[in-house]
Amino acid sequence: MITSRISATVSAICVSAALAAPAMAEEMKMAVTTSFHNSGLSEVLLPAIKTDLDIDLQLLVVGTGQALKLGESGDVDAILVHSRSAEEAFVDAGHGTERTEIMYNDFVLIGPEQDPVGVALSKDAAEAMSRMALGEHSFVSRGDDSGTHKKELALWASAEENPEKFGSWYRAVGAGMGSALNTAAGMDAYIMSDRASWLNFGNKGDLKLLFSGDPVLFNQYAYIPVNPQKHPHVKAELATRLKDWLVSDRARELIDGYKLNGEQLFTFNAVDPNAEPAPEQGEAAEEEVEAQDPDTTEVSPEQTQPLEPETEVEASKPAK
Amino acid sequence: MNEIVQGLLEAGRMIVTLDRDLIEITLRSLQVTLTAVVIASAIGLPMGAWLAINRFRFRRETIALLNALMGLPPVVVGLIVYLMLSRSGPFGVFGLLFTPTAMVIAQVIIVTPLVASIAHQAIRDLWAEYHDLLISLNTTRGQRILALIWDGRRALLTASLAGFGRAIGEVGAIMIVGGNIDHATRVLTTAIALETGKGNFALALGLGFVLIGLAIALNIAIHALSRTERDSQW
Amino acid sequence: MVSSILPLEVAGACVRKRGAHLVGPVDLTLTGKGISILMGPNGSGKTTLLRLLHGLERPATGSLRWSAPATEARQRQAYVFQTPIMMRRSVLDSIAYPMTLHGERRARAREMARDWAERVGIGHAIDRHATVLSGGEKQKLALARALIRQPDVLFLDEPCANLDGRATREIEAILTRARDEGVRIVMATHDMGQARRLADEVLFLLKGRLHSSGPADTFFSHPRTPEAKAFLNGDILE
Repeated sequence: MITSRISATVSAICVSAALAAPAMAEEMKMAVTTSFHNSGLSEVLLPAIKTDLDIDLQLLVVGTGQALKLGESGDVDAILVHSRSAEEAFVDAGHGTERTEIMYNDFVLIGPEQDPVGVALSKDAAEAMSRMALGEHSFVSRGDDSGTHKKELALWASAEENPEKFGSWYRAVGAGMGSALNTAAGMDAYIMSDRASWLNFGNKGDLKLLFSGDPVLFNQYAYIPVNPQKHPHVKAELATRLKDWLVSDRARELIDGYKLNGEQLFTFNAVDPNAEPAPEQGEAAEEEVEAQDPDTTEVSPEQTQPLEPETEVEASKPAK
Repeated sequence: MNEIVQGLLEAGRMIVTLDRDLIEITLRSLQVTLTAVVIASAIGLPMGAWLAINRFRFRRETIALLNALMGLPPVVVGLIVYLMLSRSGPFGVFGLLFTPTAMVIAQVIIVTPLVASIAHQAIRDLWAEYHDLLISLNTTRGQRILALIWDGRRALLTASLAGFGRAIGEVGAIMIVGGNIDHATRVLTTAIALETGKGNFALALGLGFVLIGLAIALNIAIHALSRTERDSQW
Repeated sequence: MVSSILPLEVAGACVRKRGAHLVGPVDLTLTGKGISILMGPNGSGKTTLLRLLHGLERPATGSLRWSAPATEARQRQAYVFQTPIMMRRSVLDSIAYPMTLHGERRARAREMARDWAERVGIGHAIDRHATVLSGGEKQKLALARALIRQPDVLFLDEPCANLDGRATREIEAILTRARDEGVRIVMATHDMGQARRLADEVLFLLKGRLHSSGPADTFFSHPRTPEAKAFLNGDILE
């Protein structure tokens, strides 16, 4: 068996040359979260990246937990995730070079149209969570250690509830956003989802968006290149070029301009690198980013809920 | 019910319009699976024949192990291959993770025991039948294996086809080691999983019907091919 | 290269399987020309003796000695089984197979096979698959496959056991012709009529031992032992 496995590997390696796509552009792998991918934003960004940078950006769509793991073992060149504390730990441990905030979207609470526990009447997210805990109507949790799952747990904590003590109405499915939404649709259950996944979801059934807009539901995405000192093979130069692109005006236009059913999903908020202690950034970048600020305020009034100008300030340092 | 009809319509639409993404992932499915099946057959068929003909210590144990390996859970194979090929794993230097090659490797591991086991059974039966004749004709060991493989080629083709059937419909392992990257490692099964996740049942089902159609078409093609070369009355 | 692998000397040969004593001890010398018919009741060991002579069974004791080196001896004898073993090939390729084993060119082997198919009377069927032939045709194929290498010795184990009268006669004609061309034939049969028609010599086997042997005329007209007499009368021998 061992011999056959080795020979299989060897022959497969030979085959790989034949299988590899004859790519002119340079390939780079980035791990992203399902919520980002489900939004469809990647379908706008990837072609632009290909055109502007000549980079074939290959996305590995996984949960935040696995994305961080992929970065840690050097299987991707960069990650784009949304779980600040985990990201900071990742950078602190030396797995990534630096964390750059790019944009945010928001989470929404979905549930049956009749809304038996009255989530829609809540004045904030904590109250909505309390109502659900009290009503004990079915609730589907991702239960997969993803960023979304972590966010959900944080929300329960903010309402001083402990999911570990919940009864059988609390269903941890251990699956991606789409599967979890499918499950919720099938069970007519409540669920927390990112707005993009919800809007793109094709099997809504009797489910309805019941609550959104509380700033604590905002969801900051950050880009982290994998540390080339730990993994010399990673394409650090490409990762840097991609970072420069992601904080550029071009990315701002595409991200802010991406709409689904007339709703803007993401808000670009890459901040001036020099405002944070990042000494290697040049002065030119500082000017460039500062020059963008007026635009943001101009665009904002046109934005649909929940992206009000004042909430955006809070979102740039998400409540945790 | 409605969704199944929609799925059929979607499948029809994609095929009629020669949907570019559909063609791309279908070709990749075929490319990965056929490569895996060819490699698995190159290993499994002679291995099965060898096991059928030779007597050696631990022969029974080897065959039992082979049969047990047939039931290898693809997800576990995927996970192990993943850990092997990961940059932090022993074969990390090749940078194979999340490439079609990684998918081929996983499928070869999944399919080879199946091919070898079916080949072993077929050749064993044929060997029981041919034994006296081939001994009587004073054949060498090599001549025997050659005769058995050649005359058992239809059964061996069946073994390879069974391997193909298992590989083309496999999703657990290739999802893990391939990563379902658009335009790089996305194949029919992983695309179906993805679209199901998005709640796009019609599209998912459409892809599913294409997958089924593909498996059936290949079986028929190979069957027809082997028939033309045979005596019409056999 | 000897002119013939005969004579074959068998001395004290026994066959045992899983502790059961099947045949022997047998002493015999196979030489000369013609057809030896191996007779005896069911279970007397005819098949086992034939397989022993051909080398499909190993003697537990005693010895078999051909007048040629082992490999050459193996190659210059052939065996026809009671139930013909059909390869999954066309008739032509089946007959040609023994020739190809010796590195004969494929075209030449097929040419010879075509010739032999004609000689045994299945020339019309050369493109058919061997497994779909009738019982008689299969046995003729087996004969052609056995004879194509022009063996010195041909062993046959009740080749006509499952055949009708016509096919039996056709096969007997092939065997007679082979004998006339110098092939030494040893054949087991149950068919008394066939034995009388073909036998030059009779080997009478009883309970695994060679009970008597001698010219066919003598055996049939003046059986020397009570057992042989009883056998010829169709009595049951225990």
